[in-house]
Amino acid sequence: MAQLAPFSAASHVYEEVLDNGLRVLIQEVHTAPLASVWCWYRVGSKDETPGQTGVSHWVEHMNFKGTTNIPRDKVKGIIEQFGGYWNGYTWIDQTTYTETATRDALDRMLFIEAERMVNCLYDPADCESERTVIIAELQGGENDPDTRIEQDLTAAAFSMHPYRHPTIGWLADLKGMSRDDLYRHYRRFYVPNNATLVIVGDVDTADAMRRVASHFGRIRPGDVVRRPQVIEPQQLGERRLMLPRDGATAFLKLGYRAPAVNEPDFFPMLVLDAVLTGAKGLNLWASFQTPPSQRSSRLYRTVVNERLASSILGALVPTAEPFLYTISVTATEGTPLVQVEEAVLAEIDRVRSDGVTEAELARAARQLRARLVFENDSITNIGHQLGYFETVANWQLTETLAGQIDAVTREQVGAAAAARLTQNNRTVAWLEPSIEGGSRPAAASQR
Amino acid sequence: MTTARHAGLAPARAVLGNGAVVIAKESKTTPAVTVYASLRAGTIYDPLHLPGLSNFVARTIDRGTETRSADRIGDELDTRGVSLSVTVDRHALALVCTCLAEDFAPTLDLLADIVRHPVFPDNEVETRRGEILTLLRQDEDDPAERASEGVLRDLYGGDHAYGRPPRGSAESVERVDRHALRRHHAERVSPGSLSLVIVGDVEPARATAAAASAFGDWTGATPATVEVPEVASASSRRVRVIPMMNKAQADIAYGFISVRRADPDYDAYRVMNNILGQYAIGGRLGDSIRERQGMAYYVFSALDANVIPGPLTIRAGVSPADVDRAVASIDEELKKLAADGPTESEMIESTQYLIGSMPRALETNLGISAFLQAEEYFGLGLDYDLRVPGLLRAVTRDAVASAARQLLVASRATVVVAGPYAGEMR
Repeated sequence: MAQLAPFSAASHVYEEVLDNGLRVLIQEVHTAPLASVWCWYRVGSKDETPGQTGVSHWVEHMNFKGTTNIPRDKVKGIIEQFGGYWNGYTWIDQTTYTETATRDALDRMLFIEAERMVNCLYDPADCESERTVIIAELQGGENDPDTRIEQDLTAAAFSMHPYRHPTIGWLADLKGMSRDDLYRHYRRFYVPNNATLVIVGDVDTADAMRRVASHFGRIRPGDVVRRPQVIEPQQLGERRLMLPRDGATAFLKLGYRAPAVNEPDFFPMLVLDAVLTGAKGLNLWASFQTPPSQRSSRLYRTVVNERLASSILGALVPTAEPFLYTISVTATEGTPLVQVEEAVLAEIDRVRSDGVTEAELARAARQLRARLVFENDSITNIGHQLGYFETVANWQLTETLAGQIDAVTREQVGAAAAARLTQNNRTVAWLEPSIEGGSRPAAASQR
Repeated sequence: MTTARHAGLAPARAVLGNGAVVIAKESKTTPAVTVYASLRAGTIYDPLHLPGLSNFVARTIDRGTETRSADRIGDELDTRGVSLSVTVDRHALALVCTCLAEDFAPTLDLLADIVRHPVFPDNEVETRRGEILTLLRQDEDDPAERASEGVLRDLYGGDHAYGRPPRGSAESVERVDRHALRRHHAERVSPGSLSLVIVGDVEPARATAAAASAFGDWTGATPATVEVPEVASASSRRVRVIPMMNKAQADIAYGFISVRRADPDYDAYRVMNNILGQYAIGGRLGDSIRERQGMAYYVFSALDANVIPGPLTIRAGVSPADVDRAVASIDEELKKLAADGPTESEMIESTQYLIGSMPRALETNLGISAFLQAEEYFGLGLDYDLRVPGLLRAVTRDAVASAARQLLVASRATVVVAGPYAGEMR
């Protein structure tokens, strides 16, 4: 089989750190007359305290509500008039904002991000209006069974670490937070020395850098007071959740404590996931829009081809601190969850004891490297990867992804499976129409 | 500094001897190729007694051919990291995948084998039947799905090709067997119904030659066209509530029957839809319902002008306590746009946006492929991407106002609410 041509999101990246601490990454890509800007902040739901859950995400919403120099009524259309798109998202480690538009809009995009960093308004009426928008967002998530099981499983899997609470926040906190809580959070974390600015596209690096200095150079750095490091205690036993629901479909989710992106067994776990459920890639912005190639994966064959489940999905996402490797299964109608769980755990026991084959290793590596190519098909996606990795680790990691995947050995995958996929290290959640009728996991709980 | 697309997409188009259309466009953004095969075998071709048949074909066509087992197909796809997506909409069955450029030839051969020689093995049919039934159960439990399917059914009628649920019902899915799948494939999937678009890191001549090699010796009569009857717009307001009291949020689907894609006023309707429920965060609807009143996380409108007049639907997810207020706000925004038309600045902004967003829409192989398929399906011409700016600039404020007056009549709207709503909306 031919060797893949080297391909990296990070080819020819220019890096500079301004005096105020803002890290700037620029990559010229001249395939379309477009430019993409991403501005990343090292603040996510892991930086929140009890009573203030959801504040990072709410702040993200407020940062689209006008600034000192962008009046509220001028926000609408500020990028769209350049044919552009802008958005933002918040997750456990990060909050980020993006614009992609014609290259002529580069200065406008940088202006918006500089304004967002220091001059957002936080009008009290807008804060109140957005409270109900976010509660509507939360309620929309509650309509989705997978969101509910994910939220409850994550809360059960961690006892101390703030990764345990949902990024959107708990409802009581959303009802109780004030405008001042939001503004304080904004001022604390939105400083240049806590940010990474990424520019990718049909730009000239020197020209772009001059514009960056003009817009951001005079912003003063701040003192980001971080929470004390929280080390989650080792999990000493399996945790189980039984969540009743009124719908007709049953869901199973397993969550294993997983390595952070900079731990040695992260890439062996990534290959292991590809063997078990198919390769997903590493782009939180793009990968999950394309289903994995998974028909030959072990768990797909075990539960989907055997008609126990209609779908299975594994998820291992690069994170700054140890998070979860999850396996999500939708049971076929009428199949007891105990049967689904037994089948999944039997396969997991097999990979823990026997490891993976050379053929599986080679296929997983090739799948993952193909996904790396596919997920870098636009300047928006390339910009996301540079900023994402800089926020959870360092952007240079994007240059080594293919090499790190290739370097994974069978022994490392087997060792990762044996160490991570243990009964003591997992949380199991069932979401099913009814837990009556003797379908409790008696057999499975013996593992 | 070099930039792309000064001369437009300018794809290469060829018609094979058997009637199959092949469109190729080279793009070197990544060392990858997207192959998009579209066949005129969508849900409008479902027999009346067997709704959901074409969806069942989509879920089983890639599960075994005369020479490849389902496992072997899975191995060949997975070994190359290829994710094959098979979907069906009203008019077309689509098989789409992206592969590395070096895997283009074997991937195209595999795709051709799947399109031409599926055998629908009994065991695979049974496995996928279970998956479809589970999905139907999930749909029943999803307010968004219930509302959006409900409004189409009320607009077009449950027996109409645009009104029936694409997945059929549990009862009809239970009745589908291998023979029905094979018959549907034999009747609808043929070279004359194929449009194959290839975009990526492969020269057009090579792509076309590979397509000719994979599909050129395929024989079969072009299927007869099926006429889809047009449906008249409602003459009065219709409201239906689907109570789902165990849910947290209510979903609103509010619709009209709009225009055909070939309508001379299509671009005016497109601009009108952008102003109403697309521009920035949901156009005028987003301004009112999300930004000013804080009632919804999402609200937007979507125009689906099609072979016959398709739906324009407005969608919103709101707290149960806000359902009446949200629907009243939609009514109000429609009335204002229909009465006063758009402002001059709205015309400029939406037109600039629709023109300016084209390079973004045409940045990826998949984006280009989807655009070229629509171009082919609706007969828009290979230079359509170059003509779009002129078409949009020619739309006048009066034309948009007229479109709004024609369509956005709240007293003739069809409204479906699904969720924990116990009110008595009118």
